[in-house]
Amino acid sequence: MSPLLTGWGRTAPTAATLVEVSPDGVPALLRSHPDRGVIARGLGRSYGDAAQNAGGTVIAPIAGPTTVRDADDGTVLVTAAAGTSLHELMGDLLSRHLFVPVTPGTRYVTVGGALAADIHGKNHHRDGSFGDHVVELELVTPDGRVRTIGPGADADLFWATVGGMGLLGVVTRVTFRALPVESAYVRVHTERVPGLEALLRTMREHDDEFRYSVAWIDTLARGRALGRSVLTRGDHAPAAELTGAAARHPWRAPGDPRVAIPATPPVGLVTRVGVRAFNELWYRRAPRRRVDLQPIPAFFHPLDLVEGWNRLYGRRGLVQYQLVVPDTAEVAVESALRLLSDAGHPSFLAVLKRFGAGNPGLLSFPMPGWTLALDLPGGPALAPLFRALDELVVEAGGRVYLAKDSRLAPATFDRMYDRAEEFRKLRRELDPDGVLRSDLARRLDL
Amino acid sequence: MLNALGEPQSLLLLGGTSDIALAIAEKYAASGGLRVVLAARPGPRRTGAAARLTALGHTVEELDFEATDTASHPALVADAARGGDIDVAVVAFGILGDEEEAWRDHDAAVRLAEVNYVGPVSVGTALATQVRQQGHGTIVFLSSVAGERVRRSNFAYGASKAGADGYYLGLGEALREHGGHVLVVRPGFVHTKMSDGREPAPLAVGPGQVADAVVAGVAARKELVWVPAPLRFVMSGLRHVPRPLFRRLPL
Repeated sequence: MSPLLTGWGRTAPTAATLVEVSPDGVPALLRSHPDRGVIARGLGRSYGDAAQNAGGTVIAPIAGPTTVRDADDGTVLVTAAAGTSLHELMGDLLSRHLFVPVTPGTRYVTVGGALAADIHGKNHHRDGSFGDHVVELELVTPDGRVRTIGPGADADLFWATVGGMGLLGVVTRVTFRALPVESAYVRVHTERVPGLEALLRTMREHDDEFRYSVAWIDTLARGRALGRSVLTRGDHAPAAELTGAAARHPWRAPGDPRVAIPATPPVGLVTRVGVRAFNELWYRRAPRRRVDLQPIPAFFHPLDLVEGWNRLYGRRGLVQYQLVVPDTAEVAVESALRLLSDAGHPSFLAVLKRFGAGNPGLLSFPMPGWTLALDLPGGPALAPLFRALDELVVEAGGRVYLAKDSRLAPATFDRMYDRAEEFRKLRRELDPDGVLRSDLARRLDL
Repeated sequence: MLNALGEPQSLLLLGGTSDIALAIAEKYAASGGLRVVLAARPGPRRTGAAARLTALGHTVEELDFEATDTASHPALVADAARGGDIDVAVVAFGILGDEEEAWRDHDAAVRLAEVNYVGPVSVGTALATQVRQQGHGTIVFLSSVAGERVRRSNFAYGASKAGADGYYLGLGEALREHGGHVLVVRPGFVHTKMSDGREPAPLAVGPGQVADAVVAGVAARKELVWVPAPLRFVMSGLRHVPRPLFRRLPL
């Protein structure tokens, strides 16, 4: 047995055999039917147990070259190995005046993980999720066959693989459309919003004017200040707008983390008092309204500056809860924030974002509406809050994000993902012996 | 699987009709129904316990278990895992016996050691095999403060607990790299059917308090807890009392 694995939340460790294979080695590995199955793992940034496989085999990121070519329709296609990180890709692509079509809050995720979780970014309201930009991928199915699939080829399998948490096969490489940009900078509009109603209204009415939009909410604020937040929206900056150092280096690639948290403190440093002070300070120092140019890391990935920031949560780790509710259930956002502020658990800034249309992915998370993400220090005391949030989300016709989940029960999952049974059926057909397995699949009975 | 909040989906109770084991299953019912395997002697007590846990929302399986039939233990654990991984296993069987008979009567002395020491070692080894294969799993051993410093008044019992306590602490170290976790629980006096009719010691607790400590300890991946918690300091002091003085203490 090799190392104990956890997700980014550092909860529920399990042991597995970690293997490195080349793309060509994957079919033989799957055909050998390893005891307790196989799952592919990227950089371990999903918060829960999605890339763990207790007692089984876990595939380390699958490396390979990245190629870029022009498509007939004038767009640019990028083909990358599943284990390529978005961090590496951004360095590569920016030098060609391109950007990834979707980036989450960290660059340290792999292309394979991006596909498996069908990740979204601050541009979801306009551009959809990662799967929407994929034109083709190579999938090794549990029988060891290598298939090339896409929205136009074996579309059913493709849309089950997008967001399928790696459970239908091992993706070895992905081809997606890149986004042409004019610089490595973003023109960012920042504004302070005193309460939830104003925030929802502003986002509903004006999000479409920007490619990127997200709000950071102080979850400990109560009463009239409930939902007070800082809204940041932006677009890739045209080269002509750059000044000073930015103008001299318009294509500077994102750098490595500046500082690292070297060890896990025995007691979490994320406490109610600390978070309250931080949230207060952070809200007060935000400008009432400002427009400035920010480099890509500052706008998209502020936490990437600190390597291993998840260690600050101590031995108990952290638990994320990200929900989405449809537009018609907007009031559920307020109810969720109220539940959270009443419970008093210290959540660092919650993130609120408006989603655009979803895609046909069977287990894809986004749906048109509102998504709210919370980071909380782990521990059993959270259970009642999460159960209350689950009920709220189910009632509202929403769901929680599997890439963040680490505690959902199978019955609740089925009430959130109405196509779960279709997914299970396909899995039984493709994988009758259960070659692909993960702790998440065991927990949710997928 | 044990989730991020330390909530299991399955529970194996060895000595499944013990008051503490059942209290643990009751506490876990709060987080939704689990697959609970009751391993105990067949009979009305087990049937009644199964009915009670089913009413709480658990899905209950019953398996025949005899602590001294060590040859049957590996197959029993494998049977318990037939319906899926064992997330939490609780080793909750034991006997107190008559303290004086337990060293004067040869049969009684051997039986006490077999039930309280050999039995736990036997199931512990079988559970360890299961945990290694699963790559995860928590084993809870119900020890006793009586094993922490063995005293004249119940030394046969105390010695058997001391042995098994040491075994499970070591097992926890051995299973760490395999994803396993062992929690040793040292309660003081607990009001149960086992202690019925005896004079309660200071800091006595009920089975519910022990169960609370188990649920919290499993979630926090603790290795050793005392119930109630202050007993840790009491026992820490008693461990260092010189023998001539210890002999005179009214324990």
